[in-house]
Amino acid sequence: MSNTNGNTTNIVLAGLGGQGVIRAADILAEAAFLAGVDVKQSELHGMSQRGGSVTSDVRFGSEVLSPMVPPGEADFLLVLHPTQTENNIHQLREGGVLINTTAIIGDGQDLAVLDQDATPLTSRNFNVGLLGLLSAHFSFPEDAWVKAIHAHLPEKLHQQNEQAFAFGKSLAGK
Amino acid sequence: MCTEKQLLSGNEAVALAALHAGVALGVGYPGTPSTEILERLSQIGGKAQWAPNEKVAMEVGIGAAFAGARVLVTMKHVGVNVAADPLFTMAYTGVKGGMVFVSADDPGMVSSQNEQDNRRYAKASGVMMLEPADPQEAYEYTRLGMELCETWQLPVMLRMTTRVCHSKSIVVPAPPSEPVIAQRFDKDPHTYVMVPAFARPAHRRLREKLEKIKEWNESAAINRIVEGDASLGIVTSGVCYLHVREAAPEAKVLKLALTHPLPVEKIRAFAASVDRCLVVEENDPYLVESLRTAGIPCDGKREMYRFGELNVGRVQRIIADDASPEPAPARGKPPQLCQGCPHRTAFAVLKKFDCVAVGDIGCYTLSVLPPFETMDTCVCMGASISAGLGMRHVLPDDEARRIVSVIGDSTFMHSGLTGIADMVYNPPKTGHVVIILDNETTAMTGMQEHPGTGRALDHSRSGKVVIEDVARAMGLTNVVVTTTAAEFKKALAFALNTNELSLIIMRRVCRLAENKIKAYEAALETCNE
Ligand SMILES: Cc1ncc(C[n+]2csc(CCOP(=O)(O)OP(=O)(O)O)c2C)c(N)n1
Ligand code: SF4
Repeated sequence: MSNTNGNTTNIVLAGLGGQGVIRAADILAEAAFLAGVDVKQSELHGMSQRGGSVTSDVRFGSEVLSPMVPPGEADFLLVLHPTQTENNIHQLREGGVLINTTAIIGDGQDLAVLDQDATPLTSRNFNVGLLGLLSAHFSFPEDAWVKAIHAHLPEKLHQQNEQAFAFGKSLAGK
Repeated sequence: MCTEKQLLSGNEAVALAALHAGVALGVGYPGTPSTEILERLSQIGGKAQWAPNEKVAMEVGIGAAFAGARVLVTMKHVGVNVAADPLFTMAYTGVKGGMVFVSADDPGMVSSQNEQDNRRYAKASGVMMLEPADPQEAYEYTRLGMELCETWQLPVMLRMTTRVCHSKSIVVPAPPSEPVIAQRFDKDPHTYVMVPAFARPAHRRLREKLEKIKEWNESAAINRIVEGDASLGIVTSGVCYLHVREAAPEAKVLKLALTHPLPVEKIRAFAASVDRCLVVEENDPYLVESLRTAGIPCDGKREMYRFGELNVGRVQRIIADDASPEPAPARGKPPQLCQGCPHRTAFAVLKKFDCVAVGDIGCYTLSVLPPFETMDTCVCMGASISAGLGMRHVLPDDEARRIVSVIGDSTFMHSGLTGIADMVYNPPKTGHVVIILDNETTAMTGMQEHPGTGRALDHSRSGKVVIEDVARAMGLTNVVVTTTAAEFKKALAFALNTNELSLIIMRRVCRLAENKIKAYEAALETCNE
């Protein structure tokens, strides 16, 4: 792995502006912070609100140096939009884990289907659902995640996002 | 305000430091990646305000610091161009209260029209420069900058970059200091009135100050040496330091903090202590040139690494002096005007006319892309009106008549007014047509208020500059406010066929700001009841 002391976990989150890529990265970084490890998050959000590609890097471990995941060294790539895997896959290291919308909508392109189905996931909160799926790979305490979700979302959305998170987590290993 | 450790972006850390340093005022103009600093300062209880542009912000800052208060001024790198006039002379006058101004540079141009390296401004003007590597240092250097400024009576440029502004990491704040309350302005014309007779000694004073600061910097603990294998020694600053530590964990490193004036002798001794001395810096060879001028032998990066920001991989290549072509960056989806964006309505009409759109900077610049492709120039804020006039002056009449200047409302407040003055003063023979796309916000940088919105930075009620009243008062004869495609089309058809000086305001609120503005106004209504 990349880091000097070989224990930094590297995650790249990718998607389109307006999808909540940076929000998801904020929650992930906050959860790592609350779990007591060193963490850095880095984002490029020039004109992200206008629907262009957005990525954010999160790195955690005992001591994180550069705020950016070195090219091609992501241990995890979390992709929020079906069209954004191809242009980001080069970030994933060999043997790294890709987490994308296939886990929740199969090969489909349209995330709006989530608003009709019976799952707690919607086209607004599935970013947190995918974080749930990712969380199964880490050993942060559950309440670090809950507090992180609370810290980065308005109160009226807490419950449904906790549910989305739990649902995402339940998909892990399936 | 709590001093517990927290996870903060570089921008948030600067805001917290300003609050803890007791600044009386934060002032700036929005611009990625600097915008969140003042927004945060306001949220955590500091006094923060948007100026119409960076020159005004810097001058408000100078006044506050002349009066003895601590002040934070923020802007993006190109903002310093606008504020360069006060910058160069405030280095001569110096200031009394602590004054730190943030220059947020954008290597790689994530959201900018150029990637100028503002370290050159510190050297050219003679102010001090601190370069933080991460949010913790952004916090510490903001506070240190206030102290250094008060010690030497010389403003400090806090030179940040996009990666420092927009990266989050853990910050441990220090206990807040007592706010400095400005009591009166102490008259001292020899210091503050820069007529030539007073400015000549002031320039000498500045150079003497810089000599003393350099002496101090030579032994200051903020410029750290990380011990390592002496076969490779790396001189670096800012976020590059972190990339270097990861790319070459075994190397000896000199991490510079106060990069103007440079601790040249410390660098010389460091270089002499290693077999190969390599400078790692983003963009221009500012450090390399300084070292070589001082006769310190060092390697720099190849020209190919001047472009764009650095990362661990690129630093590894620089260390290996790798000249092989780099892989092309992956092409993502470019941004677009939002669905329902009012600019779409305006550009759909404009596209039907055979116009040359001399453009400006804002969301509307995205109309250069398909499906509109109706933006023909974009240089810097405000250039639409003046460059449009230039074209009108030199082109034959039938070509001149095709020229329209297109500018946003915030950009108009920033630097459009002087263009209107020129239009009235030097009217082209064919007249001219200016279009203001008034979406009632500064959308591009995240929907900030400006003098035309009637709300202050924190969205409370403020005075309001009414664009059409100003334009009429300045002498434009044909001023029309439109809100629909049909009205806009009619006004444009008319204006293009007269020799008058026309201003067409297309007033429709930004789709993304609409609900926020409604909420601000509703909150103001209830306040008044
Ligand atoms: C000197 C300078 N300062 C700041 C910026 C950043 N910036 C670019 S456009 C813009 C204002 C955009 O507002 P407006 O003109 O109202 O257009 P809108 O984005 O709302 O369409 C700002 C602040 C810049 N490019 N140059
Ligand atoms: S943010 Fe507002 S002005 Fe900018 S593209 Fe979207 S709707 Fe248009």
